[in-house]
Amino acid sequence: MESIKILLDKCVGCGLCLKVCAYDALEWVDKKVRINEKCTICGACVDVCKFDAIEITRRSFKGQEVAAYSGICVFAEHRGGELSSVVPEIIGAARQLKESLGKPISAILLGHEIKDLAEELIAYGVDEVWMRDDAKIGEFAEDVQADLTAKILQEKKPEIFLGGGTIMGRSLLPRVAARLLSGLTADCTELTIDDESKLLRQTRPAFGGNIMATILCENHRPQMATVRHKVMKAADKVDGGYEGKIVSLDHLPVPEPRIEVLEFVPEESGTVNLAEADFIVSGGRGLKDPKNFVLVESLAKALNGAVGASRAAVDAGWIPYSHQVGQTGKTVNPKIYVACGISGAIQHLAGMKSSDLIIAINSDPAAPIFGAAHYGIVGDLFEVVPEIVKQLGG
Amino acid sequence: MNYFFSEEQEMIRELAAKIAKEKIEPIAADYDESGAFPWEIVEILAKSDLFRVFIPEEYDGLGGGILEMSLVVEELSKACGGIALAYAASGLGAIPIMLFGNEEQKKKYLPRLAAGEMLAAFGLTEPDAGSDAAAIKTTAKPDGDEYVINGTKQWITNGGEASIYTVIALTDPTRGIRGSSALMVEKGTPGFDFGKKENKMGIRGSVTRELVFQDCRIPKENLLGREGGGFLVAMKTFDQSRPGVAAQALGIAQGALDKALAYAHERHQFGKPISSFQGIQFMLADMATQVEAARTLTYQAARTIDAGARNVAKISSMAKVFASDTAMKVTTDAVQIFGGYGYMKEYPVEKMMRDAKITQIYEGTNQIQREVIALQMIRESMRKKG
Amino acid sequence: MNIVVCIKQVPDTTNVKINPETNTLVRAGVESIINPFDMYALEEGLRVREQHGGTVTVLSMGPPQVEEALREAISLGVDEAVLLSDRGFAGADTLATAYTLAAGIRKLGGAEIIFMGRQAIDGDTGQVGPGVAENLMIPHITDIRKIESIAEDGTIIVERMLEEGYVRLKTSLPVLLTVVKEINEPRLPSLKGKLAAKKKEITTYVEEDLDLDSERIGLTGSPTWVQKIFTPPKPAGGKLFQGEAKEAVAALLAELKSAGLPLGAKEADNGID
Repeated sequence: MESIKILLDKCVGCGLCLKVCAYDALEWVDKKVRINEKCTICGACVDVCKFDAIEITRRSFKGQEVAAYSGICVFAEHRGGELSSVVPEIIGAARQLKESLGKPISAILLGHEIKDLAEELIAYGVDEVWMRDDAKIGEFAEDVQADLTAKILQEKKPEIFLGGGTIMGRSLLPRVAARLLSGLTADCTELTIDDESKLLRQTRPAFGGNIMATILCENHRPQMATVRHKVMKAADKVDGGYEGKIVSLDHLPVPEPRIEVLEFVPEESGTVNLAEADFIVSGGRGLKDPKNFVLVESLAKALNGAVGASRAAVDAGWIPYSHQVGQTGKTVNPKIYVACGISGAIQHLAGMKSSDLIIAINSDPAAPIFGAAHYGIVGDLFEVVPEIVKQLGG
Repeated sequence: MNYFFSEEQEMIRELAAKIAKEKIEPIAADYDESGAFPWEIVEILAKSDLFRVFIPEEYDGLGGGILEMSLVVEELSKACGGIALAYAASGLGAIPIMLFGNEEQKKKYLPRLAAGEMLAAFGLTEPDAGSDAAAIKTTAKPDGDEYVINGTKQWITNGGEASIYTVIALTDPTRGIRGSSALMVEKGTPGFDFGKKENKMGIRGSVTRELVFQDCRIPKENLLGREGGGFLVAMKTFDQSRPGVAAQALGIAQGALDKALAYAHERHQFGKPISSFQGIQFMLADMATQVEAARTLTYQAARTIDAGARNVAKISSMAKVFASDTAMKVTTDAVQIFGGYGYMKEYPVEKMMRDAKITQIYEGTNQIQREVIALQMIRESMRKKG
Repeated sequence: MNIVVCIKQVPDTTNVKINPETNTLVRAGVESIINPFDMYALEEGLRVREQHGGTVTVLSMGPPQVEEALREAISLGVDEAVLLSDRGFAGADTLATAYTLAAGIRKLGGAEIIFMGRQAIDGDTGQVGPGVAENLMIPHITDIRKIESIAEDGTIIVERMLEEGYVRLKTSLPVLLTVVKEINEPRLPSLKGKLAAKKKEITTYVEEDLDLDSERIGLTGSPTWVQKIFTPPKPAGGKLFQGEAKEAVAALLAELKSAGLPLGAKEADNGID
């Protein structure tokens, strides 16, 4: 069964596909291209071929009965009596999808003594909250939640299920997807409905953010996706209130937890929460020495903001991972982001490029960060940063 | 340039290069400043089995020779000539045991040296005996089943940190240098003490101390080779260790060249990178050519020794003298290419220039090396005639 | 202690570049490496073995070249290496991959702790770990930053990293753990390890060797598929200030002020957006 093949009669040997294959899976054979065993069928070559000479035949294992699934469901993650800050953002995305699909929005809410959260969800525009309230449902381990979520999705059959790309969400949704045998796309930056097929188009970065991929889940339900914090715009509570229903699913048995929570240790207070911060000053390799982070800290203080870092600074051990901004760190969306001595690798940009105002300070005029920044100073950060602090009156 | 190494030699080189880049480079400047002994790196080298490369297999080594040792020293020296010296000097200390040790002595020390569990050192130089090695005064008086050592050795690398020291002392002072012997002394032996840590111009990541012997008693079993053969032990040891010094100089030179080349692209003056100016280009070309020539001599000397050739003094002296002179020239040029920045401690090349200098001095000054080479040449040409 | 570490061979995405003219991915010169997070998983597996005894088996799914990655793992000191390789596995998304890896782990039998890295740097999804655990019907915990203890009775206490701190959790073996970089400092390979790695036999399993439903593997076993790949639009770049620090900063601040942009806590409190 050839799932991917080169149509040799159409292939003109332009070699464009070879250049885009990240897996080295294409080779020259007799002036045309052949696919070798390294191919992962990612489809990058199909896209780039101007001659339609590469074909992928798709056939997937038997899925659920698509017609039986309807509606948009979100997972209402919460902790310490509050909805996670990503939840209004997912609801915002869901409301946009509702406009295209015309289907109701539901939310899965699991926990203990959570009725007021249910009401808050409705205030954001959720039509129906599917709630299970039980003391055995904890906040720090997903074993019980995964089980209940899967059962609810099987019972209620929404066609779309969205969750936060939080630590919890990225642990919970894959487990649910594996239980339900459906598809999940992580860290979507865009969610839209395809006009014709009414499928959920899920767009996300890949290859460390170097490329974007749009993904479909055609034959399986629910179509699942996670969205990272600060990527999509949060919904506002509906003006004048919203009418929604709370459905208590008490008939669902709650399994015994297999993971016991011993203790939650919060991070040192005093550090402004990076993901929520409106002003962030980040330091990178250009600081040359960990002790120079005091410069970054002084500017952050002058702006009443948080301290961030590039992966290079974190990997070098100059500052803890909790400060890392980027593809594998935190995504931030502040009003102002100042990048000091950061070159601007794609992976870093992925974490901060949606900031309202980006200012970059770097001694290298060719640094990629200047491409993403709204304003930049080409100079020695050891002079520039103290100067900014000075001129701000700090 | 391809030197046609075997797969295993490449493996050794790659691992040493990886450690140099990931573990040594980030901390080289700190050790240069503090002068502390780099135990953390010694541990990493030990865990990676790099101390095994030049020890025979029957003593838990990997059975490589001077070439393999030189490859490691070269790669480590690219990151820091001082830190690399902790490894190289231990190699120097292991060589006499490998060449002249009896079975018991080899079994006692080589496996532990191979595991990097302990370091070795070699002590010949004294305050009044540098190039004039024959002028040593330290005595090792035979007394029953012991020797009693009295005297001072100066500027011994790894002094105070190594566990086993091969020391050349006079067992029969009446015969001068023909009355010298090589003896192994363990750290902690009563009467064996260390002087202060020397405050050096360069290679500050390596530790140099005096060895002080005051009625230090060691068992007769610690004699290495035969009584009266001390000088021979020293000469044969140096013949084999010289490529290691050459490799250290080579690594320092290459490291400086790499930095200078990178800098020449980045630094813009008169609207262009300075690498586009012929003056700089000529300097870079000469630096690279000399480094490559030094490399070829070093590997050839190492290969000659490993092939078991009898007469290696000339080639090994040539390698040492050429590589060290090259290192001094290349590092000086590197500082020049960096210009004002090269003079500042914030930038890495001034350290490399300070590190390079010692390679022209120790393990036989370059003046002595030239004498060795010349005497060899004369001997060979006279042999042909007669 | 029977420890299994799952690793993935990935292109080194930190070195991947975009060709500025064609706006496509430039593959040339990008190495294949062991997924960096998996190096931490391997290290933790080796540490647990050092503390509690047992064996570490490294497992990976992919084309034959993945053998390089397995040999690298062997050079670090793992006891056994297993490769799941079959044309039928190609094109798998995270669901099919998790299904296949789980079948491999089941074939090995007796795994008590399964370690994986938090996510792979090419896909960045982090989905395979939970999927494997579900297939094996064992608990999983992600983002582990420390293993506190493993008791004789098979209970394990771990620290799991969260956004706002960490939580201490307790569960019983067998368990699947995904790890973050804070957990340890990966060791370097040793020469003996590298030499052994050259000679060590790697067990390869193909589809028939495993208990698999052929509908659930590879492309067929993947409910999601990529419809389109494109490069994100290049940012246009903004205004640059140069010269003396004092003047450049003054010019920048003046520009921001005239644009009405908030800079500094005081102005921000004015609610200027």
